[in-house]
Amino acid sequence: MSYTFLQNYWWFLIALLGGLLVFLMFVQGANLQLGNRQFSDLQKRMVLNSTGRKWELTFTTLVTFGGAFFASFPLFYSTSFGGAYWVWILLLLSFVFQAVAYEFQNKKENLIGVKGFRVALMVNGFLAPFLVGTAVGTFFTGSDFTVNKVAITDPSSPVISTWGNNWHGLEALGQFHAVLLGCTLMFLTCILGALYILNNIDDKQIHSQVHRTVKLCILPFLLFFLCWLVILLVEVGYAVDEAGVVSLEKYKYLHNFLQMPAVLILFLVGVVLVLWGIFQGAFTQSRGGIWPAGIGTVLVVMAVFFIAGYNGTAYYPSCTDLQSSLTIRNSSSSQFTLQVMFWVSLLIPFVLAYIVYAWHQMDKKKITPDEISDTPHKY
Amino acid sequence: MDVIFWSRIQFAMTAAYHWLFVPLTLGLAFVMAIMETLYVVRKDDFWKKTAQFWMKLFAINFAVGIATGIILEFEFGTNWSNYSWFVGDMFGAPLAIEGILAFFMEATFFAVMFFGWDKVSKRFHLASTWLTGIGASISAYWILVANGWMQNPVGTTFNPETVRSEMTSAAAFWEVITNPVAVSKFCHAITSGWVTGGIFVVGVSAWYLLRNRHIEFAKKSMLIGAIVGLVGSGAVMLSGDSSGVHAAEFQPMKLAAAEGLQDGGNGAAFTIVPGIKVPKMLSILATHNPDGFVPGINDILNGYTDDEGNVVPSVAEKMAMGREALVALSIYRTTDDPSEKAEARYALEENVQYMGYGHLEKPEDVVPPVGVVFWSFRLMIGLGMLIALVLLLALIAVWKDKLGAWKWLLRAAVVCIPLAYICGQAGWIVAEVGRQPWTIQGLLPVNVAISSLSAGAVKTTFFIFLAIFTLFLAIEIRIMVSAIKKGPETIKE
Repeated sequence: MSYTFLQNYWWFLIALLGGLLVFLMFVQGANLQLGNRQFSDLQKRMVLNSTGRKWELTFTTLVTFGGAFFASFPLFYSTSFGGAYWVWILLLLSFVFQAVAYEFQNKKENLIGVKGFRVALMVNGFLAPFLVGTAVGTFFTGSDFTVNKVAITDPSSPVISTWGNNWHGLEALGQFHAVLLGCTLMFLTCILGALYILNNIDDKQIHSQVHRTVKLCILPFLLFFLCWLVILLVEVGYAVDEAGVVSLEKYKYLHNFLQMPAVLILFLVGVVLVLWGIFQGAFTQSRGGIWPAGIGTVLVVMAVFFIAGYNGTAYYPSCTDLQSSLTIRNSSSSQFTLQVMFWVSLLIPFVLAYIVYAWHQMDKKKITPDEISDTPHKY
Repeated sequence: MDVIFWSRIQFAMTAAYHWLFVPLTLGLAFVMAIMETLYVVRKDDFWKKTAQFWMKLFAINFAVGIATGIILEFEFGTNWSNYSWFVGDMFGAPLAIEGILAFFMEATFFAVMFFGWDKVSKRFHLASTWLTGIGASISAYWILVANGWMQNPVGTTFNPETVRSEMTSAAAFWEVITNPVAVSKFCHAITSGWVTGGIFVVGVSAWYLLRNRHIEFAKKSMLIGAIVGLVGSGAVMLSGDSSGVHAAEFQPMKLAAAEGLQDGGNGAAFTIVPGIKVPKMLSILATHNPDGFVPGINDILNGYTDDEGNVVPSVAEKMAMGREALVALSIYRTTDDPSEKAEARYALEENVQYMGYGHLEKPEDVVPPVGVVFWSFRLMIGLGMLIALVLLLALIAVWKDKLGAWKWLLRAAVVCIPLAYICGQAGWIVAEVGRQPWTIQGLLPVNVAISSLSAGAVKTTFFIFLAIFTLFLAIEIRIMVSAIKKGPETIKE
């Protein structure tokens, strides 16, 4: 296996994990329903217990997504996490509260009350997709960093990757294009959450409310997504040649779609599936909209990662020093390590199979008001 | 205080909090798996209810372990940027295996275990309970492979092209995953989790017996807790012995600090507490030879010759060679002259094993805080032995039906619950403070491993995390105590 193949393969897996992560953020989107005033406390507990059986998968996918970046593209891990410090810290804070909120929220000894932890879940519901989207948005807008490997020999300033400003990532909130992707993701996960609830919970009042949520989110979602897409296709992108020299190229991401027709097809199929799922959730009585929308989300996110990293593109560009930009060639682990991880990754289908099996077993019986009232095993 | 201080204190605080929750997860997972197995095999609902009670406590604890764990993973990148790049290639494969094999196993089967009682078959549920515990243990193995490599960096080659440690062959990979330090660390950490889980169950059961509540539940739980805890205690002692031998071989400064040994020699004595020594015992523990040579802090600083005639250079000499390596690396990376490049590469390869020493300011920088390590070591051993004794007596008391008569033992068992946590924290202080100033032994000191951040930024996040983790700990203790007070019937909320 060539080094180039392995680097491409691992970027593919990063894209796949990214796609699965965004899909699984239906947990975050569904938790926003905890703020729905039309829901009784029992109905809110039904929502909690529905997402409470899935949140660990989302969380684990986030951890694995971070771990996969560390393992396969460690220069991204060291540059982005150490540089865009505050963005990642904010994301972590929102997830830390989520991790304990399910277990703690309904206990009277929890010190901050039921509402406190439910608010924490809702904050995570807004913040997590927004920050992930904005962070991925900087893959196209660029960030303010430099990479100098000789620095490690200088005792007075040994850090290889340095950030160019003291905002340490918060400046991304001022990058219109990156924020558009953050908002897109926020509304998308809200829709996915509503579709998931529709599928997983048996309660007519809840169904009518989440139908309404889907309808309310369609317009802002489409607006943000289309604005982001149009800007992406007409903006200047970061190209890298065979020698590894990075340069600016007009319509780079449009070129990437046109020069990689398979990715374009993947993207379009994904978009159609997402729209089909949304249509089902908003305008029909079908409860299966989560499946086309979920699969479509995975495909679209993968296509976005492909145009960010493949076809001679710098996936984490530096707007301070173009040649510091990270590409899948200059930021990856060694050939041997990628190869060992390649063999390990062949276990992924087996892992997916047992997750699907366990998920299927657990979801055969939908969540009902009776279950929440009667069972001792609940949040 | 600078960014290095705050980065270290933040990581230490996160790791310390994480280790408050993980041992109970590791230990309790197997206690409740054994109980559920008894339920399935004997078809006795008593064991189902018993397992469900401990599972309830497990779930309360598990969530906080996850919350602190994710912060630890991401702090490698956020606060230790240079370190992440330097080790990324070495940790890649172990982390990939951990993520794919362990994390998803834990996450998937925890949900089945907790919610699946009425949704899946008995056998599938039992398998899920075992797989949750096994997943946590597999996860511990791979993260300790990474930790073990930081203590004893085997199977690595420094690549001047990429400026990082790299794994270049299957033999190197094998060396990394079978690193003796990693194996003994895994055994030590995982079995100390069994001790914590065991004494927790014994202590809580003792509390019920003292109050004359849930007698049958408490006695039977105590039996299983004591067995798991005692097996763990035995394994902790064996793996502790091999940890001592490995410290002597790979991290002699850590051992010297743990012993407060200024000047070493052959037939070294073990200090129980200052003023009380056991002749030759340190040599036996460190080398398995009563006359073996154990270097002291001054020997390591000034250089020495070991039992096999190997000359170990002084720290000053290592620093000089390290600086030559750094100069050679700088020339190699910046020159375009092929002959100068070749010369620089040769000089680098000659001195690369001491490159980390080139970053030190003075030889004394390699000495960790001796007092902290010395007393933590004694605290760990003393408390560990006390807990093992209490577990043994608890087993005898259950066996001989003496629990009613030995009230003092029941009180001691309750007191041992917090002591087990202090013991575990002390152990990690020995392991991690004892290896200062190295993030990677001999290769990368903490002052070079950091991110380019201001001290103020890291200080802010330190206090944020401290407040959050302390809040979570307080809530966990309140919920746990409340659930214990209510007793096994709490499973019928």
